[in-house]
This record gives sequence, C-alpha cells and structure tokens, in this order.
Amino acid sequence: MALTWIFFIGIGLVVLITAAGVVLSSNAIYAALFLVANFSVVAVLYLILGAPFIAMAQITVYAGAIMVLFLFVIMLLGAEKLPITGAIPNQRILAFGLGLIALVEIGLFVVARWGNLTPIGDHPADYASPHAIGMLLFTKYALPFEITSVILLVAVIGAVVLTHSDEMVGIRRRLLSERKKE
Amino acid sequence: MSVQYYLILSVVMFVIGIVGVLVRRNAIVIFMCLELMFNAANLAFMAFASYYNALDGQIFVFFVLTVAAAEVAVGLALMVAIFRAKHSIDVDQMSNLKG
Repeated sequence: MALTWIFFIGIGLVVLITAAGVVLSSNAIYAALFLVANFSVVAVLYLILGAPFIAMAQITVYAGAIMVLFLFVIMLLGAEKLPITGAIPNQRILAFGLGLIALVEIGLFVVARWGNLTPIGDHPADYASPHAIGMLLFTKYALPFEITSVILLVAVIGAVVLTHSDEMVGIRRRLLSERKKE
Repeated sequence: MSVQYYLILSVVMFVIGIVGVLVRRNAIVIFMCLELMFNAANLAFMAFASYYNALDGQIFVFFVLTVAAAEVAVGLALMVAIFRAKHSIDVDQMSNLKG
C-alpha cells in the first residue's frame, strides 16, 4: 500500500510539474516537449488504472502523432518565441486570479460530491484487454466508431483546403504544362 | 488507491490548462493548453471507468483521442492560414472583426 502511495505521489508530481511547464515556458518548443512528457506520464497512470490499450493509444496518438504535428507547425512558422505586444492591462494577475477561483470552485464541487467512495477494487483478469475493448467498440459502440471515421475524413479534407494556396496551384500548373511540352 | 486522488490530480491539471489559455498569447501554446484540459478530463473518465469496473469510460477516452486528433489537424491548418495572412499568430493580432 505504501509503495503504491509513493509511486502515485511521484507520478502525480511529475504530471503537475510538466503541466505547469507547458504554461510557463516562454519557448513554444519547450512547452511542446513538456506536453509530450505530460502525456507519457498520464499514460503510466492509465496503466496503473488497469487500461493498457488506452495507455498505448495515448502514447502513439497523443505523445507521438499529435505532438509531432505541433512541433512541425511550430518550426514551420518559426513561432517559438513571440514578442509580447500591447497586452490587456494586468492580464497575468487577472488570469491567475480567475484560475484560482476556478480551482476553488471545481475543488469544492468535487469534495462536496464525492460522498463515500470506496478504494478502487481489483479487476477481473480480462478487464480492458484489447480483446474486450474491441468487442465493445464493434458491438455497442459501432455507430460512434463509424462516425469517427467520417470526422477524420472531414478533418483531412479541411486541413488540405485550409493550407491550400493559389500560388502553389499556379506553380504546379506551370510545371505540368512544361512537362507536357517536353 | 482511492478514486479521489485521481480526481484531485485531474482538477488541478484542468485548472493549469485554464490558466494557460488565459495567460498565453501564442495561439499554438493556447492549443496545447486545450490538449492539457482534454487530458485532465480523460484522466477523470479513466479513474471512474476503473472504479465502476466498466469499460464505457475507456471507450469514451478512445473517442476523445480520435476527435482531438481531427481537431488538432484542422486547428493547426487554421494557424498556418492565419500566419500566411497576418505573419503572426499572436491572438491579440487577430482583431480584424473588431469594430
């Protein structure tokens, strides 16, 4: 029991420090790397909670794919460091004050509502195995699962349309016509 | 291990995300703070899925994961488009609609 506690406190501290690092680091690349660390450590928490499949999905999708996309765009735009221009007066103090209020409110809500929650018990042997998740995904949640495929398709088309520029189309057309002449 | 501690961790992480959205001006960092908030909500889902021995919460986390991937792809494409138009992604510069 004591061992679980030490483990949880250690992991929890790393989660909070990396989360604060995302907010406080002035360089966007460092913020992205802190976020990678945060996602990986939260995946370890998922493992403790008995969810190996989601933990691995978290590492491959979030810490892998999404964060590579973030780093790619940061470096593409050269947006690591933004000079601070005319800000709202006292923005920092206001933001931290509002954050504190949110923390107190949500914290009070959680504390007031948790009642008599018992500790998390042991799980059956095949709880959250990839097999069990797959069975649930393709039976009870088959429709939402199919809808996500449409969402991903729309996102792909949207990303292509948004980053599409007329200049590039012109260059491509010229190259094609030159190739035809040859 | 009680489910409360996971909830507290999730709440604190969520609030750090809120403060990040309020404090930062770099639109990409604001995006990352949104991801942080998603992550906090996912942690609460996972804690309760484990507590009730039900897989539905985990399936929901799986859906949040895919939708977040789609959202990030479109969002970052928007950033690139805005950067092309204004040569900046400072959120204070995006004020064309202001009267």
